[in-house]
Amino acid sequence: MQPSAAPSAEAHNRPTDSQVKDAIKNFKTNNPSLVIPILQAVQEKFGYIPPDSLPIISHHANVSRNKIYGILTFYAQFSLIPKGKYLLKPCRGTACHVKGSKNVINHLKNILNIEDGQTTPNYKFSLETVACLGTCFLAPAMMINQNYYGNLDEKKAEEALKDCE
Amino acid sequence: MQKLHSLKELQYFKEELLRSYDGKKKRILVCSTGCRARNALKIRDAFYTVIKQEHLTSEIEIIETGCQGLCAYAPVVTIEPHGIFYGKLTEKDVPDIIAKTMKTTEAVNHLCYSENKNTYPYLKEIPFFKPQKKIVLRNCGYINPTNPEDYVRRNGYLAIAKALSGMKPEDVINEVTKSGIRGRGGAGFPTGLKWKFANGYKNDTKYFICNGDEGDPGAFMDRAVLEGDPHSVIEGMLIGAYAIGATHGYIYVRAEYPIAVEYSTLAVKHAREMGLLGENILGTGFNFDITIKQGAGAFVCGEETALIASIEGRRGMPKPRPPFPAESGLWGKPTVINNVETLASIPQIILEGSAAYAQLGTQGSKGTKVFALAGKVTNTGLVEVPMGITLRQIIFDIGGGIPHGRAFKAVQMGGPSGGCLPAEHLDTPIDYESIKQAGAIMGSGGMIVLDEINCMVDIARYFMDFVQKESCGKCVPCRIGTKRMLEMVTRFTTGTAETGDIEKLQALAESVRDSSLCGLGQTAPNPVISTLRYFRNEYEAHLNDKFCPAGVCKELFNYAINPEKCTGCTVCAKNCPVKAITGEKKKAHTIDTAKCELCGICVEKCKFNAIAPVPKKQLNHIKK
Repeated sequence: MQPSAAPSAEAHNRPTDSQVKDAIKNFKTNNPSLVIPILQAVQEKFGYIPPDSLPIISHHANVSRNKIYGILTFYAQFSLIPKGKYLLKPCRGTACHVKGSKNVINHLKNILNIEDGQTTPNYKFSLETVACLGTCFLAPAMMINQNYYGNLDEKKAEEALKDCE
Repeated sequence: MQKLHSLKELQYFKEELLRSYDGKKKRILVCSTGCRARNALKIRDAFYTVIKQEHLTSEIEIIETGCQGLCAYAPVVTIEPHGIFYGKLTEKDVPDIIAKTMKTTEAVNHLCYSENKNTYPYLKEIPFFKPQKKIVLRNCGYINPTNPEDYVRRNGYLAIAKALSGMKPEDVINEVTKSGIRGRGGAGFPTGLKWKFANGYKNDTKYFICNGDEGDPGAFMDRAVLEGDPHSVIEGMLIGAYAIGATHGYIYVRAEYPIAVEYSTLAVKHAREMGLLGENILGTGFNFDITIKQGAGAFVCGEETALIASIEGRRGMPKPRPPFPAESGLWGKPTVINNVETLASIPQIILEGSAAYAQLGTQGSKGTKVFALAGKVTNTGLVEVPMGITLRQIIFDIGGGIPHGRAFKAVQMGGPSGGCLPAEHLDTPIDYESIKQAGAIMGSGGMIVLDEINCMVDIARYFMDFVQKESCGKCVPCRIGTKRMLEMVTRFTTGTAETGDIEKLQALAESVRDSSLCGLGQTAPNPVISTLRYFRNEYEAHLNDKFCPAGVCKELFNYAINPEKCTGCTVCAKNCPVKAITGEKKKAHTIDTAKCELCGICVEKCKFNAIAPVPKKQLNHIKK
């Protein structure tokens, strides 16, 4: 199974101001309650929140930059640094935990040589453990971009990475 | 979509749908949501291909449904009208099913559910389904969630029609109150009472929010309902909005559930096109519309005041109550927040009457509850049962017991706010009060079964790690207390705990519980409190013997092979990733502890239960 490429494929190419403006143009201006959906749109489009986009979002939604910074660092969904082409989301939910997700996650960390929340230097893989994917029947489970991998052990997790080319 | 202008048109529409529906037609219901993770869409495509090849397109219909419940057998299909259930399918099983079940009515036995060497082809006879009573999940797995006609045909939107055609808002509230339904999100507050409060506050603008921020690890029923029957949630919201006088609503759904987001968004769009949302609904003058809001990954947003802050575009931090949202909620207006499962039950209560609903369940807990069964249990999946059934019935009769012949140790209920109940509580009837008394909570309904190779101290550490990460940081007891608790529990799991630490941990747990601002902090110590209550011996083993009896905490044990049980089958040696196991065929093997990384694969693979954790200091003795 070939995982679909994430929108973050070209994430480390910093988007221009006009690209950011284009990504958020459909949101009403001067509506502070739209900050989170706007940030979600930017995250979705570029795979991260480029720090340079904060003044643009601030101006659009009429919310101060420091408030936006406070919001985006509060929610786990947002990242200020670019992500890799393949986003690995191993689940550390309860069902996965009791079925050995810790070993799977440690193994991924070892073979990729990165910690949770980090990206490999070639921007191929990012590792981001999640609290629960809601697929407890697949435990231990992982998502790579939009695809699910279930009943993992160290070996199967390593094999899943081989699908990512 | 056809626009419906009046209550009568809805009735005609439904009758028309029933007339054109051939109940005898052969249908293949393919779970296309949860089972996607196990290639369900490929199975669906294979059915389409084979049906086309065999020129059966006019005779057989494929319905892409939501969750059918028995996730352990994913990917699953149900064949109607025979009611035959197949699971664990691969693409190559598809021609068999078409040839046998669809052309004759014979079941393909090896694809059927089996238990204790019995095969159960028919869904209604399968022990997993038999004791269940489906109200919330009445349509899940039977209808195509992206087709509102399927929902209307099964009496969808008739409940809101009934409410609008003769019931006053107060009548609706009375009916819901009489049904006895309590909030299914976890706290168990009576839904009717909540509506009554909100109805009592006079204001031109009121809001109705559906809480779909299902953050408890181990719970996935809200996801299943939003994916499998989103219109039932919309209808529940319509009824609630009518009862309290709200004109706008939000469905707050986790972004981690992409299918739920997609299907609920689509359902809102369809309902709007059909005139079931928007202005002058069904010509009655009632206005209500819904916006979908995606969560952004913060567990605390399941708490209602934090959820409101998040919708308002702020950091999701709770605030002290009162005032309760019913008085001053979203943008300071009266607001009701109900959980997905609660809302999905409402149409059924209005349509069938409160008495029918209140007949189910116990004195204090009426109706049915959906549980997400996961962990060390054979039949993982979603089950809906009447309140009052026992844990044993759920875990052993429906769930099929513990796999690999291991022993049951505990069931973790209610996620990070809940607790672990040991075997002595297996016969506890499930209702809000008795579960609480036993030391857990009903919570959202996650049920994680733990077996003998799970360490209870590690489970407590796991939840402290979770809540410590998810604490929003606003109040000190939760922000610092959970951090200190995590450090203390970690001392146990790493062998550095000292005498007196159990008492200190207990005292701190109670302070955090009693002094935190919101539900997250007040319930965060529960996993520690409940494991200290029932599994104190495991804490003591970690403390006094520096030994983890379950073989989980890696600093505190080594694996050793019992030479009396080992048959020399070599399975462990073949599977060991670091080649730490050696031995001759048919002779007892040994583990080189210097090489062993304690991954536990050998324990999983050994069929003779010959590998067990031993305390580090005893190792030499056992080797001899």
